[in-house]
Formats: sequence, structure tokens, C-alpha cells
Amino acid sequence: MATYLEFIQQNEERDGVRFSWNVWPSSRLEATRMVVPLACLLTPLKERLDLPPVQYEPVLCSRPTCKAVLNPLCQVDYRAKLWACNFCFQRNQFPPAYAGISEVNQPAELMPQFSTIEYIVQRGPQTPLIFLYVVDTCLEEEDLQALKESLQMSLSLLPADALVGLITFGRMIQVHELSCEGISKSYVFRGTKDLTAKQIQDMLGLSRPAVQMQQGRPLQTPEQPVISSRFLQPVHKIDMNLTDLLGELQRDPWPVTQGKRPLRSTGVALSIAVGLLEGTFPNTGARIMLFTGGPPTQGPGMVVGDELKTPIRSWHDIEKDNARFMKKATKHYETLANRTAANGHCIDIYACALDQTGLLEMKCCANLTGGHMVMGDSFNTSLFKQTFQRVFNKGFNGEFRMAFGAHLDVKTSRELKIAGAIGPCISLNAKGPCVSENELGIGGTSQWKICSLDPSTTLAIYFEVVNQHNAPIPQGGRGAVQFVTQYQHSTTQKRIRVTTIARNWADAQSQLQHIEAAFDQEAAAVLMARLGVYRAESEEGPDVLRWLDRQLIRLCQKFGQYNKDDPNSFRLSESFSLYPQFMFHLRRSPFLQVFNNSPDESSYYRHHFARQDLTQSLIMIQPILYAYSFHGPPEPVLLDSSSILPDRILLMDTFFQIVIYLGETIAQWQKAGYQDMPEYENFKHLLQAPLDDAQEILQTRFPMPRYIHTEHGGSQARFLLSKVNPSQTHNNLYAWGQESGAPILTDDVSLQVFMDHLKKLAVSSAA
Amino acid sequence: MSVNQQAHTGPPYGQPQPGYQGYPQPAYGGQSLPGVPPSQYGAYNGPMPGYQQPGPPQGPLRAPPTSGAPPPASGASHPSGHLAYSQYEHGDVQNGIPASAAPMQRPPASQPFLPGSAPTPVSQTSTFQQYGSPPASVQQLSNHMAGMTIGSAAASAPPPAGLGYGPPTSVPPVSGSFSATGSGLYTPYSASQGPPPTSVSQGLPLAQPPFPGQTISTQRLPTQVPGFAPPPPSTGVGPSSYPPTTGAPRPPTMPGPPLPGQTVAGPPTSQPNHVSSPPPPSAMSGLHPGPPMSGLHGPPPPTHPPQPGYQMQQNGSFGQVRGPQPNYGGAYPGTPNYGSPPGPPPKRLDPDSIPSPIQVIEDDRSNRGSEPFVTGVRGQVPPLVTTNFLVKDQGNASPRYIRCTSYNIPCTSDMAKQSQVPLAAVIKPLAALPPEETLPYLVDHGESGPVRCNRCKAYMCPFMQFIEGGRRFQCCFCSCVTEVPPHYFQHLDHTGKRVDFYDRPELSLGSYEFLATVDYCKNNKFPSPPAFIFMIDVSYNAVKSGLVRLICEELKSLLDYLPREGNMEESAIRVGFVTYNKVLHFYNVKSSLAQPQMMVVSDVADMFVPLLDGFLVNVNESRTVITSLLDQIPEMFADTRETETVFAPVIQAGLEALKAAECAGKLFIFHTSLPIAEAPGKLKNRDDKKLVNTDKEKTLFQPQTSFYNNLAKDCVAQGCCVDLFLFPNQYLDVATLGVVTYQTGGSIYKYAYFQLETDQDRFLNDLRRDVQKEVGFDAVMRVRTSTGIRATDFFGAFYMSNTTDVEMAGLDCDKTITVEFKHDDKLSEDSGALLQCALLYTSCAGQRRLRIHNLSLNCCTQLADLYRNCETDTLINYLAKYAYRGVLSSPVKTVRDALINQCAQILACYRKNCASPSSAGQLILPECMKLLPVYLNCVLKSDVLQPGPEVTTDDRAYIRQLVTSMDVAETNVFFYPRLLPLTKADVDSDSLPAAIRNSEERLSKGDIYLLENGLNIFVWVGVSVQQGLIQNLFGVSSFSQISSALSTLPVLENPFSKKVRSIVDMLQGQRSRYMKLMIVKQEDKLEMLFRHFLVEDKSLSGGASYVDFLCHMHKEIRQLLS
Repeated sequence: MATYLEFIQQNEERDGVRFSWNVWPSSRLEATRMVVPLACLLTPLKERLDLPPVQYEPVLCSRPTCKAVLNPLCQVDYRAKLWACNFCFQRNQFPPAYAGISEVNQPAELMPQFSTIEYIVQRGPQTPLIFLYVVDTCLEEEDLQALKESLQMSLSLLPADALVGLITFGRMIQVHELSCEGISKSYVFRGTKDLTAKQIQDMLGLSRPAVQMQQGRPLQTPEQPVISSRFLQPVHKIDMNLTDLLGELQRDPWPVTQGKRPLRSTGVALSIAVGLLEGTFPNTGARIMLFTGGPPTQGPGMVVGDELKTPIRSWHDIEKDNARFMKKATKHYETLANRTAANGHCIDIYACALDQTGLLEMKCCANLTGGHMVMGDSFNTSLFKQTFQRVFNKGFNGEFRMAFGAHLDVKTSRELKIAGAIGPCISLNAKGPCVSENELGIGGTSQWKICSLDPSTTLAIYFEVVNQHNAPIPQGGRGAVQFVTQYQHSTTQKRIRVTTIARNWADAQSQLQHIEAAFDQEAAAVLMARLGVYRAESEEGPDVLRWLDRQLIRLCQKFGQYNKDDPNSFRLSESFSLYPQFMFHLRRSPFLQVFNNSPDESSYYRHHFARQDLTQSLIMIQPILYAYSFHGPPEPVLLDSSSILPDRILLMDTFFQIVIYLGETIAQWQKAGYQDMPEYENFKHLLQAPLDDAQEILQTRFPMPRYIHTEHGGSQARFLLSKVNPSQTHNNLYAWGQESGAPILTDDVSLQVFMDHLKKLAVSSAA
Repeated sequence: MSVNQQAHTGPPYGQPQPGYQGYPQPAYGGQSLPGVPPSQYGAYNGPMPGYQQPGPPQGPLRAPPTSGAPPPASGASHPSGHLAYSQYEHGDVQNGIPASAAPMQRPPASQPFLPGSAPTPVSQTSTFQQYGSPPASVQQLSNHMAGMTIGSAAASAPPPAGLGYGPPTSVPPVSGSFSATGSGLYTPYSASQGPPPTSVSQGLPLAQPPFPGQTISTQRLPTQVPGFAPPPPSTGVGPSSYPPTTGAPRPPTMPGPPLPGQTVAGPPTSQPNHVSSPPPPSAMSGLHPGPPMSGLHGPPPPTHPPQPGYQMQQNGSFGQVRGPQPNYGGAYPGTPNYGSPPGPPPKRLDPDSIPSPIQVIEDDRSNRGSEPFVTGVRGQVPPLVTTNFLVKDQGNASPRYIRCTSYNIPCTSDMAKQSQVPLAAVIKPLAALPPEETLPYLVDHGESGPVRCNRCKAYMCPFMQFIEGGRRFQCCFCSCVTEVPPHYFQHLDHTGKRVDFYDRPELSLGSYEFLATVDYCKNNKFPSPPAFIFMIDVSYNAVKSGLVRLICEELKSLLDYLPREGNMEESAIRVGFVTYNKVLHFYNVKSSLAQPQMMVVSDVADMFVPLLDGFLVNVNESRTVITSLLDQIPEMFADTRETETVFAPVIQAGLEALKAAECAGKLFIFHTSLPIAEAPGKLKNRDDKKLVNTDKEKTLFQPQTSFYNNLAKDCVAQGCCVDLFLFPNQYLDVATLGVVTYQTGGSIYKYAYFQLETDQDRFLNDLRRDVQKEVGFDAVMRVRTSTGIRATDFFGAFYMSNTTDVEMAGLDCDKTITVEFKHDDKLSEDSGALLQCALLYTSCAGQRRLRIHNLSLNCCTQLADLYRNCETDTLINYLAKYAYRGVLSSPVKTVRDALINQCAQILACYRKNCASPSSAGQLILPECMKLLPVYLNCVLKSDVLQPGPEVTTDDRAYIRQLVTSMDVAETNVFFYPRLLPLTKADVDSDSLPAAIRNSEERLSKGDIYLLENGLNIFVWVGVSVQQGLIQNLFGVSSFSQISSALSTLPVLENPFSKKVRSIVDMLQGQRSRYMKLMIVKQEDKLEMLFRHFLVEDKSLSGGASYVDFLCHMHKEIRQLLS
């Protein structure tokens, strides 16, 4: 544990946890003065190659309000076969199975290296995973064809015993019955009428009394209680059927007159999908996968009318309160999302269209249920195809990288309370002694439900130090937090992963430098960004920015070293040095800036920001820029306009986009065809290098980033130009000389100006 | 003839009362006369009067005897019989005397008539009757309702007669008065009148064969009339035959129709008149010469000695002569006057003496069936619907398209009101034609569309008058002058006709079609070809009974026979399939699919169509998919346990499908049960037999909910016609389920307790026909008329959103619309009255067309002309529809009373204004309406208006809706079923055996009969039928082994079986629905059902027998007259 950096990294690798502060201020007052809250980024299912799960039940603290899991921090009396809960100090008897326990014969959960441990438990019947495709048929022929192929392909990727269902929609919604031979059957619903779950189940013949009356089917055998079998079938049984069925899918046949959008009943289709699963497989892992090629245009959840002359709402409309369908639609989808989440299912949204598709309204479906949200231009793009394929990626051990129906239970030692969480989860409203009254994010609970998660899903969890100033913690005492995640593994096993961590307390007054040194500025930046983005969902953009600025200034005031009113004297320690820069880029990021983004794009970006792990989040905040040139090996360069040079190839990764940008000279060379000449093979290699690197990123990223290959002066170059720090603009071009970099046509302030202002304000005694 | 007889009888009664008798008779004669060709008739008249006079005396005499008071009453009943005799006699007399005598005599009584000439006979007859009957008759009268109506007395008002002469046409009136007496005269009339036939007929009977026949013939040809002499011979034969055949009774009938008929009734008597003179030479003729009395005698002689009459008749001689009559007489009642006195008194009216539908039909058939009916002349009364005849369109629509209650319309509304004769046209715009007749030609007037009157928008037709050298035309309806469009201009010839008159159907024909332009299309868009959607109930009942499998199997082949436009290779109609129980299943049968796809819509509360493409397909393109579907449907639902069904959503689904496809079309719904599943249009079982005969009975005919009315409106707007095939095992509320069908111009077929073995043929035949028959969609019909009358009321299966346009989502070749006209101004005799029925529709190939039917009618200022040109069958059609609609809003009793009252008024008006004055006790019927009472009685006894205990509420509602769309031929046979003695059939010829009257006493237990009414066929087997026949027909050895469960006759290789089966096949071919065949063994349970159709008998449910009803009518009439 040489440095905090290593410590942090180790902790992250072992436990999937990154705290903003790794030494905790010991009192409430001090904690609030730290500006950045005590919080952590938790990746509950972080992949651990070295963590074989144990095949038994965890041992729980017997206090009903605690129920913490036995962990390495607990004090154990091997003789008395007792252990003391480190959260509530309850003394517990070991269960009979632990009779042979001793110092040398410890169960795994007591070993320090198993601060994170996973149990496999046998609970209830195992139901196979469920995949319900909800497919929009109002697509262009090519798109539909591509989508059909993707779907057919996906059948081969599903677990063989998974249940699969198909709902298609356009003007109508069809729920396809998959169990039949000969005639293919589907139940059809109109897209303009919202139906309650009960109605849907009645109409699908799922309600119990209707069972006997189902026409055309032999009697339900008693041992086969799964009445939904007509709509959800094991993929191995019906993949031929389903492949044919998908093959025969036609575009929505209803005529679309000129000047109209096709009538698309996404709202009802989702409602039916939710209702179907709700009635048949509550509380088992299920994915509703919505593929849509345009905005919902009718029925509940419609986002825009079918008149093409009325464009879909923009941020401008929203600010002017001019988006007539937005509130109603949002409400519709929220209701659905909450129902889905309550049932432990998740909704993925794959939206591919050139225009907006209503993600703004539908975002909660994915956000609250942990579903994926993918936005592309067309289903006939590799972006979609590969992204979709990647949903079914398998991990190193051949298991699907997805898990369902997770319950995250957070326990804290007494000095801490839980303020809330931000991430793809919903509250389970579990009140308890460790729940704070102050909420940050989704608060008021110590338990959340994450309906779907993968190894990278990351939640931000915020704490509050409640220890009073006058009752400091005994020196050397440690605060502990335990994260208990119960979930359904992709193999349908029930598993419980328990992570217990502890951090030292420190008196902020006397040991500020310890606390300071243990500051994790990356985590802090992401945690603050999540808070900011969370606020941005409900507050006006400028207010959020002001709030962020104020926090930054306060942080600088608190931890900067400076002389009053002397900006030039301002210094930040190493552990804080990058933080202002993160904040600068965050301010400019699409998560907080809506300018130039459609509401859908904003929702899309925010969605991903709220669930990715720290590394990815940082890339989102501050894209990475690599430069390739004849001057040396590829190197990361400043995300600055000065990095844009004619003889460089730049590779920028913003998480959502991979941009390869050929400098002016390079582009000219390429046009001249030097790369094809044997004598310039090195040029060819230079051109190829960023492509290879980009491929590498593309391979691992989910969702697939938009891949942009452009050059100096190309229209797509805007993706790069909008991200770099505008150190050179048309305003200051001459001041900086012309020999380097590319001017950016913007009025945005550059990082330098930003820092200048920050310093000025931080040192100002008036602040 | 019975009619005629009645007439005669009538007179008798009359005689008693009036005492004058003589007068009345003359009146008759007069009436008839009018019709008759003036001059010649005149002569006859002459004679007639003479007779009459004689009559009077007798009458009086007799009358007194019976009883001052009684006379009337009694007289009425009996009279007929007597009359008949008398009539004959008269006839004879007349004949004998011919003109000279008659004139002389009459003068006093009714000179006017004389002029009327021939017609007068009727009246005369009456007189005679009086004579004969006097005493006896009276008694009879007393016995019966005095009112015996006998008087078919055609005799129209005397005065008219005179007039009539003027206008040859008028003659008809005569009929009324059988006054058989006049008959002689009548015949003449008839001859002249042609139309009047009725009266004549009567006369015939008496004359027996010869006479009657003669009369008949004469009637037909007005011209001949004059020449009576000549006609008689020929005719005479006919008549003679009748009498013989029928026996005494018949005679009258025979002549009836043709001749003035009435007279005939008097059977012998009337006939005698004319007849006698010519043919009968023997007796009749003799009679004629002789004075009335002699005449009477005459008849007898001729008549075949059938004794009965004799007995009856007081007139000794008559009676004897009439032997035959007597029979009648007994029956007659009517005759009473004459013959009755003797026999009748104690007895009831002799059924044989009252007008017989069979006779009328037979007469018309033999008189008018041989030559084509040429429509060139205005106001011609077409042959009866029961007659086979060809039509040559020469400017007026064929009677197959339009029939009117009267072909001579009163000029003023006062007259019309006075007569109470409804002016109505029964229109069957898309009627199927026999192969010998050509379909209406299709005319294309180019882009500007059909040439029409600027003001009233009437379409170019033969009656438009071109003026100013052809540059303009004057509308024949509203007189507005319209420019002839340049492209339509043509020069006129010297007669003012366009030169291209014969090249243009719209100028020379009564019926033709225009090609409609886009202006005539919905949304200004040419329509797409229509679609047929088959919607099959697959609930438990339907599956279990095998119905679903049956339908699917049948559809596989049936789809090859969808209606197509004449020369097209394949039908343009697209088809779609839906099955349903509590939810609906749509099928995608797009040709590109390997397998059909089923789409289930369970949201029945808010119906919609789940697919567009692939639902409605071309049969040939999607054949394999369709076949696969039809193969699988029965399998898919084989294990269903769903018993509940929905209904309204099914229609909605079809409607939505058509809407989505933007076309018109037809839904074929196969449904089994009351829709009780939770859905719009859900119904409850509200059947309650206790409501029958209460003020609430009407609710049984009304729909339970207005939901279906609204649905129907939507369907009509889209051109969605609904045909309903019902297979109920219990009450399923036809009244409600049928609303949409009814208002969209669809048909309902009902197969109660459907069983595969027995009902499948019937159902499949109905289905085949229903699918294949010619049909138009999205139709709007408008009837334009000459200024002066206006179409005010419409009956049939359609929807009206305003007061003039009849809208039908679908209109097939069997659907009929009855239109009633009322005066709103005066008409003129010169210009007559014109009707133009324009039907805008979409053909089965999706072509928008206008079918135009034009009909010109005469107008009259004399009521007699009206009565002489009436058509009773059409009238009954109207009255039945009127009454059947009435039950929706009024208690059935009220409806029945109103019907009786209206008919009584019609007849009373005739009696008062057209018949020659006679005693009030005489029942005098217009020749053309002599069957009105019997038919009316049938209507009153029908299941709707007087249900028996075994008739279900659904049956009544079903029949009510059925009748509303029936044409005249259908109502005719429906109300008065056809009863054929199979054992009398000639196995070597193609002809049908002669029908007999619907009365049990006509059945012989040694024979086998067939009865059909358009819905059912009964084969009635008498207990003592020869074993050989039973063996031949049923393949079993004895009566007791015949199974009454048979639904078809076994196919046996022997002439009798072949003949009977060919008869059955022929009958089935004539009807729009395949009739259910039932075997009824005499004295078997089923016989009760069968008897229900013997409409001349008293019915179990309380319906009056013909005879009783006739008496009742007479009473009503007398009340009105007094």
C-alpha cells in the first residue's frame, strides 16, 4: 500500500468500490465542509476472475434490523463459536454447520482477502431467462430486413433454455403465439388504447379461469402451470418457428399517406409486453427488448403526432413548455417502468432512426429497470448490429454478462448513514436506522432494486457522516460499509455477493492532510457529475452549472493553497490537481449542455453516464485524445485545439464516438494516394494505426460507439472540434500565433480562462 | 271462379235487401260494361239488363219470404250461390237476348250501364241470382253472416260502365260483380275489358266449361270482346274444361280470373251468359236466348248436371242444371241467393263458390302465359306472378322489376283517399331475368355522365320529350326544359322522335344502365372491387355440430364461383376470413405466405382490424394458403370448450376491414347463439311468450338495444352488407341480431336445431346461392315520379338517412323494395303518371353504375278504372309489409284490425261507387280484387300477426324481416302456399299437376300432396295411399314404414319417384331459398304443422277460415256502407 493510488486501485479491483474519500472525516460538520460528499461508486458485479463463488448460504446477524452478513471485519470467538456483528455489535452464534470453525479453519468469508465474496444459494424454483422482443415494424424495408436478421441471429446467442417471446407493433400490436404448428397465431391489440394488466391478461387468455377455455389447445396438464407457454417458449423448441416467423415479418401494412408519420404504438406495445410478463413471470429475470425505428405516434405514450409538418419536440420547445405530449407520455412510461421494476424485469430500448424516437419520454424504462438504451441511425448499421450482439456477450467463464433482479442492501456502521443512490435502480423503500433524512439521488432507503445489471453496472452511493462533532470517533476506529447484492445469475442461479469495506476515520481538523491525500479525485469527479446530471434531469441547466461551479470554488477554497486575493498564488495538491479540469469538461459535456443536442440525445448520454463505471465515466466527461504522427509513437495529447496539427492523425474517444481525424497535410497525402505507393508504406502504416486502435476500443465498448472517420475541414470534424478545449478561437487566434493548432469557432471559454476565473474566485475573500 | 260465384251470391243478398235487386245488378253489369268495348257490349248490356230486371222481381219476392230483415244478412251469405245460378241464367238471358233485350230491360235499372254494355252483365247476374235464390238464399243468409260476401261482384259502378265503354280499357271493373248473371254480359266485358277478367270468370263457371272459358279469352283481348261471339267459342272451351275438372265448384274459379270473373262466380250463371251463347251452345246458349229464367235453365243444362247446384238452387231448373254449382252452392254461401236458398240455408258458404286463387291463377296462366308481355303500352296490367311469360321491353320496365298495385292511378288525392287502395310499386331493381330476356344494356354517356333533367335530375328516358329540333328536351317528370348536351344532340324525325331512337336504350327501353362517372362515387373516387368476408362462429356448438367443418369444406369449392362481371375470367371480388367465439380471429392469407397467419383480437370492446395486407385477397392468387387455412380451421378449434360468443364486434370487425380496404362488401356471418359474452352489443335472453297478445308484444320485434341500429348506420355508410346464417338451438334474438342485416340489405337464413344430416343440403344450397347471386353494393335508390304523386313510404331491407333516398349497403337480385306513393297534386289522364327508379350501385367488379327503370301508368278520374287495373298480389305484398312494419309500433291486434278495415274500405268504396246498385246484402268484389279477402286472411293468419303456440319469437321476427324484402311472387306463395296433388302428376310430361286449394277437405287420403310456401316443402301422404306409390316414392313397403325424418326423397329409379323429385327440384329452383322438405304422414304429429299451411281452413291459432273471413269482410263492408 505504497500510495493511495495503488490502494484505490487495489480496492477497486477487489471490491469494485471507489470512494471519493478514502479517509473519512470523523464528524458531520467536517464532512459537510469537505464539499465533495462521502460517497462511492459501486460496481456490484465487478468481474472477478479469482473469485469462485461458495456454495452455501451466508451467515446473517440475528438482529432483525441488521441482518448483516458475517465478514472478515467481524470479531470471532472461536471457542464460544460466537461472532460479533461489526455493524450492530450483536453477538451471534455460528450455525451448526460451522461447528468445526477455528483460527486455522476459517470459512472463506472470514478471510481478509474475501472482503468480497459470492454465495450461491438455492432458493425457489429456477426459471429460465426470458427474452421478449418487442419489434417495431414501421421501418424502411432495409432496416426491417437488417433488424430481422439481427433478431434471427440473436436466437442462436440465447441460452438454449431461455424463454423467448415476440411482440410486433406498428399501428397495431401483435403478440405472437409461438407454441403452434401450422398456422401462426398472434393476438392483436390496437395501438390507441391503454389496457390494464388485467385486461391484457384476460385478452391474452392468461387469467386463470380462462385457461380451460383456451381454444385449440389440449388441456393444461397440471404439472405445467406455465400458462404463458403460448407466448413464451424455450428457444431451443421454437427457434425454427421463430426464425420463420421473423422471416415473414412484414412492414406495417397500413398505408402512410404523404406528409404523415407511420402510426406507431410503442406505448401500448410496451404496456402489453409489461403486462404479459407481469401476469406470467413476476420476479424472474426477463428482458423486454424494444426495437423501435421512430417516435410513438399514437395512443398512450405518443410523443409526436403523425403530421410530419409538426416536428418532434426540441429542447427549445420543452423550455417554452411547448411539448404537448411530453408530460403525458413520460408519465405513461414511468408508470410502465415502475411496474416493470416492481416485477423485476427490465426494458431495453434499441432506437434506430435519423430523427428522435422519444427516448426522452421513454428513458425511465431503461433507467429504472437497468435496461440498455441504444441509439443509432439505422438498424442496418454495424453500430446497432454489433451492439445488439454484444448484449449476449459471454464473460470469461462462458456465462452471459447479465444478471437480473438484484437487490442491493447497504449496511453501514453507526457513524454513517445512507443518503441515496444514483444509478439504474429503484428504491425498495427500506427504512432503517442507517437511512439518512437527507437525500442525494434516490434516497430514503437502504435497499434498491436493480432489475438488470452487468459486470460494469455502477451505482453511485452517497453517505452522510452522522457522528457529532463533539463525539469524535475513537482514533484508529474504522467505519464499515457492507453491500449485499442478491441477484439472479445468468445461469438462473440465485447468488448473493457481499462486499464489506472499512475506512479509517480521521479528524478533519487535525488530520486534514490525511484526508486530503486520500481524496480520489476521479471518483469524486464522477460522483459529483452524477449528482449534477441527476439534478439536471429535474432542474434548469444553468442552475446545475452554477451549483457545480459553487461546489468547485468551495472545494478550491477548502483545499487550495493560496494567499487571499492573490490568484497567482493559488495551488492545488496533486490529489486535487485534475479535478477542476474534469469539472471544466463536465460543464461542456452533453450531460449538462443541451445545446446542439436533441432531448433524445441528452437522455441517451445521461442514461449511459449514470451506469458506467468510473473509467468509462471519465472518458465521457473528458474524452481521450491520441495523436499519431511520423514524429514518434502514438501518444495521448491534450484535449485542446492546439493538439490539432496538420501532420497528425488524431484519435478521439468520447465513449459515444470514436473519431479519427486526419490533419490537413495527412489528408492531402491520402488524397494524393501516397498510401498506395510501395515507397510510402510507412504512411500506410501511419494511416492504419489509429484504425487498429479504434477497433480495439470498439471491441470492448458497449454500446458500440459511433465510428467517425474524418479529416481536416470535413463536416464530421465537428465532433472533434466541439470537444477540445477551445484554447484557440477566432477571438484569440492572433494572440496565440498561427503556427500551431486549429482555431475553434466558438464563444466558449477555454480552460485557461476558466482556471483564471476559478482561481480568482477561490482566493477572493469576498466569496 | 268462386269469386264470381260470390259475386253472384252477392247479388242475391243484395236482392233481398234492396228489393230492387234488379238495380244493383244492372250496376254490375254497368261496371263491367265500362270496361267492355262499348259498342258490342252495348248490345250485351242490353241483354243483361233484361235479365236483371227479371232478377229483381225474383229477388224481391224471395227476399220478402225469407224475412224482411233477414234478407240482407242471409242474403249475403247465400246469395252467392244463388247468384251464380242466376247469373248464369242472366248470362244466358243476355246472350239469348243479346243486346236488344238487355237494353230494354236495363234501361230502367241502369241505363248507363247499358252503354257500358258488356260489363253490365254482372249486375244482371246479380239480379238473376236474386231471382233464383230469393227464398232459399235468404235463409242461408240468415244462417251465415248475412254478409256473405259472395259478391265478388266485379260489377263496378254502373255508371262507370258507361264510361268504360268510352275507354275500352276501363272494362275491368266488371269483375267485381259476379253477378254472374251479368256474367254472360261479363264475359263480353271481360272480353273487351281484358282486365276485368274477374267478373267474367264467375260467369264461366256456370256456363261451365264453355262459357267461362270463353269469357276468359274474351277478357284478354278487348277487341275480341266485341266479337264475343267468336271468343266465346274458344274461350268457351276453356271454361268448360274448368267446370268439368273442378267439378261444380271449380267452374267459377276458372272463368273468374279471365272473365270479369265475378260473374263466373255465380258459377254457372255468369258463364252462361257469354259462354252459353257461344260455346256451351247447348244449355247456355239456349238459356241466353231465353229470358233470364230460361237462362238459368240454360245453364243447368250446359252445366253438367252436377246436381248439387240444383238442389241448392231454388230455381229448380238451375239447381239441377248446375248440379255442379250446387256443390258450390252449398259451399258457396255466396251463391246463396240463388241456389243457396235451397241447399245453403242450412249449410255454410260453399267454399267452391267463393273466389278460388287456384282458378284465378290457372286462368291467368292459360290466358296470358303464351304470349310475351310487351311493355310498350302505358298502364298495362301484367300477367300474374304465377304465370310464366316473357317480357319484351318496349319502353316500360318489365314487371319483373316493377309491379304496381294499380296501373291506373286516380288523378286526385281525394279519389285515392276515397278508394283507400294503396298506390304502391314493388321494385326489384336487380331482378334476375330468365335466359330468354336480355339484361339491361349498359349506356355510357361519356365524361359528363348520364344526361339528366336540370331541375329534378331525372335520367334520360323514353318519355322525355325532345323539342326545338332536338336541341332541348322537356322533362317528363317535372316539365323543366333542359338543353341537350352537344355530344348528345341528334335530329328528330317527322314524328318528333330522335333519329337514333332505336339505337339508344335510354330512349327506347324501360330498363337500362348508365355507366356512372366519378361524380357518382363516394369521395369522388372510383370504387375498388368489393370484398366478401366469411365470419365463422367457432364456439363449442358450432364445432360440435360439424358446422364449422362443413362451412370450411364448402368454401373451398364455393370460392370459385364468386359473382363476376359478365365477360370477366375471374371474379374481382376479394375474400377474407374471420373466425370467432368470445374473441375474433383474423387470418392473413397473403399469397406470399407459406402458411396462413391467425391474428386474435380479444379487445372486443373496441373492435378494429388487425391487418390490412393479406386479409382480403384474390382467391386464385392465394388459393393454396386459403385451402390450407380452411383445412386447419376445424382442427384448430376441434377441442374448443368456449361456449360464449360475441356478435356486434364481429360485424364491427368486418366493417372496419372494409373501411381499411376502402371498399364495399358483404359479410357472411355464421352464428349459433345468443351473444352473451362481455362485449358491445351483448344481449340477454328476453324471450317472453307471455307478451303475445299484449300491448308489449311489439317489444319482441324491436331490437333490445339501439346499438345495432347505430352499427347498421355505419355499415351502410361503408357499403358493408351483412348476410346472416343462424343456427340456433334456442332463442337468439333474431329481432336484434337481424337489425344490421336488415338495414344493410342483407339476408338472414335460419336453421333451427341444425343437424348435419338433415339440414346440410339446405344450408349449402342457400349458401351457394347467396354467395353466387348477383349483387350490387353501396347502392342508393331513388324513385322519381311525375308531378302529382310522390314516393312517401318505403318498405324493405335498407336504411334511409333522408326521406327520399333508399340506401342499401348491398342489394341482391332477390331483394325487393316496396314504395308507396301519395298524391301531392293532381295528375292528368293525358299524361298519365311516370315512375323512374334510379339505382346507383357498385357492380361486383367494382364498376359504378346506374340502373334505371321507367314505368308509365294511366291515370283515371273514375274509380272504376282504378279497380279494374289493380293487382291483388301486389296489393297483398304491400299490405303485408305495411302490417309487418306496424307490429313494431302497435299491438298486433290493432294492426290486424287496421288491415281488415282498410280492405273493407277498399271493397266498400268499390261497392259504393263502382258496382251497380244492388242490395247491401250482396257482397260484390271487384274482379281484380276478388282474391283480396282470401289473401288478406292469409296475411292475418300468418305467424307474425297471429302466432300459434308452437311459433317461437325468433321465428316471428325472422319471418317478419323475411317478408319485408319479398317480391310479389314470394309473398304470393308464402301467404297462399301451393298445394300439388303428386299422385295426379303426369309422369310423362314436364308440367306440374294442377294445384288445389289449401284446405283439408281437398285432400284425399288416397293421395300424396306436395305443399310449398317458399320456405318449406311438405310431402303429405294420405293413410290409404296405394302401397305401390309408397314403394315407388319412399322405397318402403308400407305407410307405417315411411320415416318422417327424411329431409330428401330417396332416389329411386321409377317414373313416379323421378317425377316427384323433378317437381321438387323445379320448385327449389324457383325459390330464392332452398326449402326445407318434410314428410308429413296423415294423422301423424307433424300433420299439425302441415295443417297450419292449409290456409283456407280455420287455423289452430284462431285464424278464421276463408269462408268465415269472407263473411266477416262482408259484414264489415256492409257496416261501412250503411
